[in-house]
Amino acid sequence: MRANPADYELVAPGNLPDVLSLLAKEPGAWLPIAGGTDVMVLYAAGKLPARKLVSIWNLPELRRIEVLPAEVHVGGACTYTDLQEHVIIRREFPLLCLAGSWTGGIANQNRGTIGGNIANASPAGDSLPPLLAYEADLLLVSARGERRVPYRSFHIGYRKTQLGPDELIRAVCLPRQFSKYYAYVRKVGTRNAQAIAKVSLAALALINDGANNHRTNDDPANNRGVIEDVRLAMGSVAPVPLRLAATEKILKGKRVDSQLVRLAGQAAASEILPIDDIRSTARYRTAVAANLVAEFLQRLSAAG
Amino acid sequence: MTDSSRGRAKSKISFRLNGKLVTVETYPMARLLDVLRLELGLTGTKEGCGEGECGSCSVLMNGMLVNSCLIPVLQAKDADILTIEGLPSDGRLQKLQQAFLDCGGAQCGICTPGMILAAHHLLSKNPQPTMEQIREGLAGNLCRCTGYVQIFEAVAKAARRERQHESESR
Amino acid sequence: MKNGGVVGVPVPRKEGHDKVTGQALYVDDMVLPGMLHGATVRSRIPRGKVKKITFGPGIAWHEFVIVSAKDIPGKNCIALIEEDQPCLAEDMVRHPEEPLLLLAHPDRHLLPKAVEAVSVEYEALPAIFTIEESERHSGIIWGTDNTFKTIPIEKGDVDSVWQQADFIVEGTYTTGAQEQLYIENNGMIASFDAQSGLTVWGSLQCPYYVHKALMKLCGLPADRVRVIQMETGGAFGGKEDYPSMIAAHAALLAIKSGKPVKIVYDRLEDMAATTKRHPSRTRHRTAVSKDGKILGGEIEFTIDGGAYETLSPVVLSRGAIHAGGPYYWPSVRIRAKAVATNAPPHGAFRGFGAPQSLFALERHMDRIAQAVQLSPIEIRRRNFLKPGQTTTTGQIVREPIDLDKLLDEALEFSGYQAKKRKFAIENRQQSYKKGIGIAAFLHGAGFTGSGERYLASQVGLEICGDGRARVLVSSTEFGQGTKTVLCQIAAEALGLGYEDVETARPDTHEVPNSGPTVASRTVMVVGKLVQSAAIGIKQTLTSSGLLGDSYSPAEFRAACRTYVATRGQLRSFAQYEPPEDVVWDDEKYRGSAYAAFSWAVYVAEVAVDLTTYSVSVDDFVAVQEVGRVLNPVLAKGQIMGGVAQAIGFALFEKVIWEKGRMQNGQMTNYIMPTSADLPPIRVYFEELGNVHGAYGAKGLGEMPMDGPAPAIVNAVADALGVRFDSVPLLPEDIFDALAARSSMETPSSAREGPRQNQ
Repeated sequence: MRANPADYELVAPGNLPDVLSLLAKEPGAWLPIAGGTDVMVLYAAGKLPARKLVSIWNLPELRRIEVLPAEVHVGGACTYTDLQEHVIIRREFPLLCLAGSWTGGIANQNRGTIGGNIANASPAGDSLPPLLAYEADLLLVSARGERRVPYRSFHIGYRKTQLGPDELIRAVCLPRQFSKYYAYVRKVGTRNAQAIAKVSLAALALINDGANNHRTNDDPANNRGVIEDVRLAMGSVAPVPLRLAATEKILKGKRVDSQLVRLAGQAAASEILPIDDIRSTARYRTAVAANLVAEFLQRLSAAG
Repeated sequence: MTDSSRGRAKSKISFRLNGKLVTVETYPMARLLDVLRLELGLTGTKEGCGEGECGSCSVLMNGMLVNSCLIPVLQAKDADILTIEGLPSDGRLQKLQQAFLDCGGAQCGICTPGMILAAHHLLSKNPQPTMEQIREGLAGNLCRCTGYVQIFEAVAKAARRERQHESESR
Repeated sequence: MKNGGVVGVPVPRKEGHDKVTGQALYVDDMVLPGMLHGATVRSRIPRGKVKKITFGPGIAWHEFVIVSAKDIPGKNCIALIEEDQPCLAEDMVRHPEEPLLLLAHPDRHLLPKAVEAVSVEYEALPAIFTIEESERHSGIIWGTDNTFKTIPIEKGDVDSVWQQADFIVEGTYTTGAQEQLYIENNGMIASFDAQSGLTVWGSLQCPYYVHKALMKLCGLPADRVRVIQMETGGAFGGKEDYPSMIAAHAALLAIKSGKPVKIVYDRLEDMAATTKRHPSRTRHRTAVSKDGKILGGEIEFTIDGGAYETLSPVVLSRGAIHAGGPYYWPSVRIRAKAVATNAPPHGAFRGFGAPQSLFALERHMDRIAQAVQLSPIEIRRRNFLKPGQTTTTGQIVREPIDLDKLLDEALEFSGYQAKKRKFAIENRQQSYKKGIGIAAFLHGAGFTGSGERYLASQVGLEICGDGRARVLVSSTEFGQGTKTVLCQIAAEALGLGYEDVETARPDTHEVPNSGPTVASRTVMVVGKLVQSAAIGIKQTLTSSGLLGDSYSPAEFRAACRTYVATRGQLRSFAQYEPPEDVVWDDEKYRGSAYAAFSWAVYVAEVAVDLTTYSVSVDDFVAVQEVGRVLNPVLAKGQIMGGVAQAIGFALFEKVIWEKGRMQNGQMTNYIMPTSADLPPIRVYFEELGNVHGAYGAKGLGEMPMDGPAPAIVNAVADALGVRFDSVPLLPEDIFDALAARSSMETPSSAREGPRQNQ
């Protein structure tokens, strides 16, 4: 333990308005701490630059899940356990649930929060690729009010986000439009549990099933098996969690066959920017990224 | 309202520890692990890594398994904390602890308090877990000595004994 | 005397109750009044001259106790085999993390900043980081030639075998460093006063090693140094010699301050600064006949010892002696050497050289199999040692060991043949490949050669006033079951119940030196001495007329109480006597290297996921002959735990080095297996007994470290048809090898006969 607790302040106002007015009074001076699974590790290593912290753990306004007709709003201080225990999240947003189930062990899932995962902004964050795939929006709140930003544009660089110094992530808005999508998520870690991702893929796809319930006016039978919509989001392959837009473009409107799988793998490999680091190599990450995309497509095709 | 000089001072923080109310006067960023071990003298909870990886510092907070090395004591205010010292009742070993003894679940013993709390937590949510569920439930607790097999056997044995005990007491 | 029935029974762990209730006291659980906390200022460079030390601003230095080499009362060294390792570096540093200064303060939270505020100016010197650089003498960093020790083992006429050989098979195999990763970090508390002298309490394996080191460092006589072992949270060899260093540091601070001092490392410091398994490189060149018999060979075994000698000569010795494995070598030349690099000294880790040389050998056997076009099973059958044959050091195998039978059992329990057939079909699909691999090996119990004679271990047995017995040994418990098994042995030998025997705390003021708790010697060698001491007690009681030939435990205890009440203390000591049939020549490195070997065949089943290139071990069978199993639950636990650690060695645990410093010193980045990464581990014992061990027991604590790595890598090679000669074998390495194969790179070694990809 390389930090001196005497050097740090921690306050817990206990309600959102008081937290926000503190952040507004001294923007950038107070570091929000929720479950502490990232902040406390840095702190104990003597590597936390902040000296003043404000606890947002268990704030009632931030730790709730609201189910609306078209969206689900997951409060920023909801833990991974909260996510896994919620019926609607389990049913309609399985990628988020699964990601939560392999973020650390149970003890860390009981404390780690989705807001913390987002704000920490590591490209290896487990919940981040699913959020990209689900095209989530974030509700950012401050004393000045609330704004809604697409998660897709939230990360602006390595560990840099749009979050202002006086803002908190109030909620993650998940559109309820994916029940018919085929869902796939896989994390490749350094071991089977309690691991940081070396590569991960969260993917959703909607296949035309030949039934007469899609927007197109073409003869449905002609489009059976065609990929109508696809989202591929990867972690640990770039400075930020990444949507593979170019690869998605190649896939949209096509049927899965071995050639498409090959092209998609190649496209994914060119689209990502992996590095060599303490956990893995760029060439490994590239190969496995392509493999994950291929695996997703093969399973998609097998699921019919 | 926050006075920044006051924020850096010690303050009184109260919580329930193993069923009894305690109050400590300490820094809000003191780790719960250190408060338990140093200020409250309960050394059963151990530090193995200081990064929330090994689970040796596991305690229950409001019935939830948590790593106490990652909890600033201020966040434990008014919480219900259970440590290994809070487990045995009436001087008799709980079924779980007895099963660990019977099956060889403890070798060097340093991971054992955290492991027992994790198992206790698992069994309280899932009284009859499969071997796979036991494996997953304890995946956040590292053991370097046992290779885990005898730990899982101990948990399974405790679950079986509980089931027998229940059916006998009907 | 009635058969006690205590040995061979899974009695509960002696100290188990305290462990499962959180009452067991480890060093960090102890607080002494007025205690200070200590910390270490360490080198940031691998090699250089110390020019200037500056104490930076912003720290109330007058509140700190500061110790440098100048404060050392005796000799500035950590005495072990050599005395080349300083306790605190003075003019030169020779590895990153080398200790330079010690600081102490009542408030431990002030120490990290204070350590950071000490700046050291160096004149950096060129440093060496690999075996190759060291042996090439691209710089001399230790002694005259960077070599701690060489060991030549020669048998038969090796030079004549090459012409007769139908195949000459070559291979080079490497193993990386491995961190012991005991869950309890190193820690010590020291206290000094002019009257009683120095006392240290700590996490340690060998109280008398620490005792010897402190005597020399502090210039104190034996009776003014006291070392007490606390409950120790895992050791695996990592607390064999390192505790002497941290005890020395705590002692110096305690002496200078006049207050008790506690030093406990955090994980980052422990990983970066303390010992690890020696990295190794083994080169094999083997002459083989066309029916697969080894005619002879050359084995070059080299280990990286780090910056100071410490235990390297002994690790080298065991590695060299085990390099030929459980096979008959008509002739062999083994050239073993331990070389220096500018890394923190490497040290003991379960297996102690044997996992390294046996990894190479067992990989090489599969390579030989391929060259000769025999199966891995058959090649081993044709070369297994048989009773009456001699080992590489010329030791005659006197045990009735039947390795064929052990192999048959392993094959049967693992379902080897059926799985091989199944996998051949299953592997036609693309997403994963399955394979199965074996390793056969032996592990010598006790100190090598004349080591036990040199140790001259002593054991005591004391009868207390209430008629219960106390075992007096310096052997320590750190999870492997020392206390439990020695009490079982004493109880059985005395005719008492298990609950009537306890062990004394390992305190150098209270117990004799029964040798270090290493080398799988505790049950076999020390246990045998406990048996002897028990016989001494019984003889005293019978010759004083208090006990008949047969008696109940209650009668025994009554006799003891009477004796103690009327005659006083009842104690018996036994001292090690080298067995006459175990003769070893230290000069020529020939003869009986160990009083007994345990033998094993392990089988690993793996699946390689071709999407992620990761290996999962799906099933593991461990069959071993260990003399006698004295406690089935503990024995199984040792094998399973060792196999788990060895799976880590094979597939997960990589030390990332940068200029001699470990970069991944946190549990997040140094990957040990979790419960989700391990297979069911199925353990089977054979028991042939052995005259040298207590109740026929031989050693078993280290042997499970020897077999899994080669069995697993053999299985991966079986699955993929690609050769791997290094551990740890990570998914990244598998990917690179598969990518290389598909871009048509040719593997080397044309001399192996028909070119094949294994």
